[in-house]
Amino acid sequence: MTPVASVGGQFHAALDFIFHERTGPGGAQVGGSQLWSLIATHLELTFAAVGIAIAVALPLGLWLGHTRRGSFVAVTVANIGRAVPSIGLVFLFFAILGAGFSNITLALVLLAIPPILTNTYTGMREVDREVVDAARGMGMRGTRIISQVELPLALPLIFGGIRISTVNVIATATLGPFGGVVTLGDPIINPSSYGDAGRLGAAIVVAAFAVVAEVALSAVQRAVTPRGLKVGGRNARRQARFIPKRRAQPAP
Amino acid sequence: MITILAQAGGSFFRHRSNKPSCVEDNGICPSWAIHHLDRYWPRLWEHVQLVLISTVIGFAIAFALALLAHRRRWLVPPITNVTGILYTIPSVAAFFLLLPITGRGTLTAVIALASYTLLIFFRNIIDGLDGVPAEAVDAGRGMGFTDRQLLWRVELPLAIPTILAGLRIALTTTVGLAALAFFAGAGGLGEALNSQKEFQTNVIVAGGMCVVLAAVLDASVLLGQRLLTPWSKARSPA
Repeated sequence: MTPVASVGGQFHAALDFIFHERTGPGGAQVGGSQLWSLIATHLELTFAAVGIAIAVALPLGLWLGHTRRGSFVAVTVANIGRAVPSIGLVFLFFAILGAGFSNITLALVLLAIPPILTNTYTGMREVDREVVDAARGMGMRGTRIISQVELPLALPLIFGGIRISTVNVIATATLGPFGGVVTLGDPIINPSSYGDAGRLGAAIVVAAFAVVAEVALSAVQRAVTPRGLKVGGRNARRQARFIPKRRAQPAP
Repeated sequence: MITILAQAGGSFFRHRSNKPSCVEDNGICPSWAIHHLDRYWPRLWEHVQLVLISTVIGFAIAFALALLAHRRRWLVPPITNVTGILYTIPSVAAFFLLLPITGRGTLTAVIALASYTLLIFFRNIIDGLDGVPAEAVDAGRGMGFTDRQLLWRVELPLAIPTILAGLRIALTTTVGLAALAFFAGAGGLGEALNSQKEFQTNVIVAGGMCVVLAAVLDASVLLGQRLLTPWSKARSPA
């Protein structure tokens, strides 16, 4: 254990790095406003990866869940997705395809697909059959049942999946510099040009981004939850039973 | 002309004798992997230790928290929120946030990995205890069980499937995250990955070992569940 004063000093230096530009040990200007380009790349990578993952996993999950088949696919993807180490995926794409923004994006897309796919599938699967039958009895057909009945009821879980993926991708985008993409992970991976304060400072910024994304997307998740599923609503009892279902969410 | 022929011949023969050329071409070389497997065992062993120590510590803390919150329900939301934030902080960031306090090494990695499992364990233990049928609890009370007896003889045994589902998620997740522990100077398979990250065979062998380790741990929990709860068929967590 290091003395408290020294710990405080290191964190103080890290905060100073975040807010004030200086000449780094490598001679380049680092810290302060120089961080903006790292942040921009980090967010660009995150949005690209999560966006593509949604475009792929959402329709697939909706279709599998609506037709209630392919549970094997969804479960297998979830389990494999958890077991494959994120850094292994990044290195693999780097080793096979080489450095570059699109290659690293592709690795992150593969990382982001399982939670969205499994949660969309589970959300659709767990829509009460009787509700779907009632909609069918009212004369609704395939796509209308999906868009007006199943999708709204599955939205909380779908956004739960998007939340997990986004936080996960923000965390893993830190490894971008291994593939030549200069994200907020650069001060962490190349401390020689940023110094120890830069490394700790970048770790603080990455952690803050992840927590902010988690809190913001949790708020979105609550906002899209249909009134009938909310705590204290008419289905309060169902809501209580809804919590155990969170188990179905793959942990990143 | 002769030099061109010689070069062509050289490259032709390099391709024919495929062991050195495969590594030079940065291909996927099973024979290289088999011959160099022994360099991975120490890293795999470090990895196993990291995963098991972190999971045991995480489980112990989450178990104590869950028992506390089981009787005092108002504790559930604050504990969920705090462990949720620990869960959200990216592990690479967590390693470097801990570095000034605990220094480089296994301790830092274990603290970060263990704190990561808290939410998974806490949520599953609470869910498992909540899922115990009220009739079973009533029957226990009718038999004159005290609160403590009720907990250990009725509620916890019935919660085992949910708790073990959490254990499976925690183990597979920690195997993946422990691959980042080399950032904290704690070794593991991530160290092997990072040492030759341009070499496809290395990345596949070390990454593949992570996946196999996760599958083996997952299967052993599943097996343990069948032995622990002979009254119920093992259920899949997903």
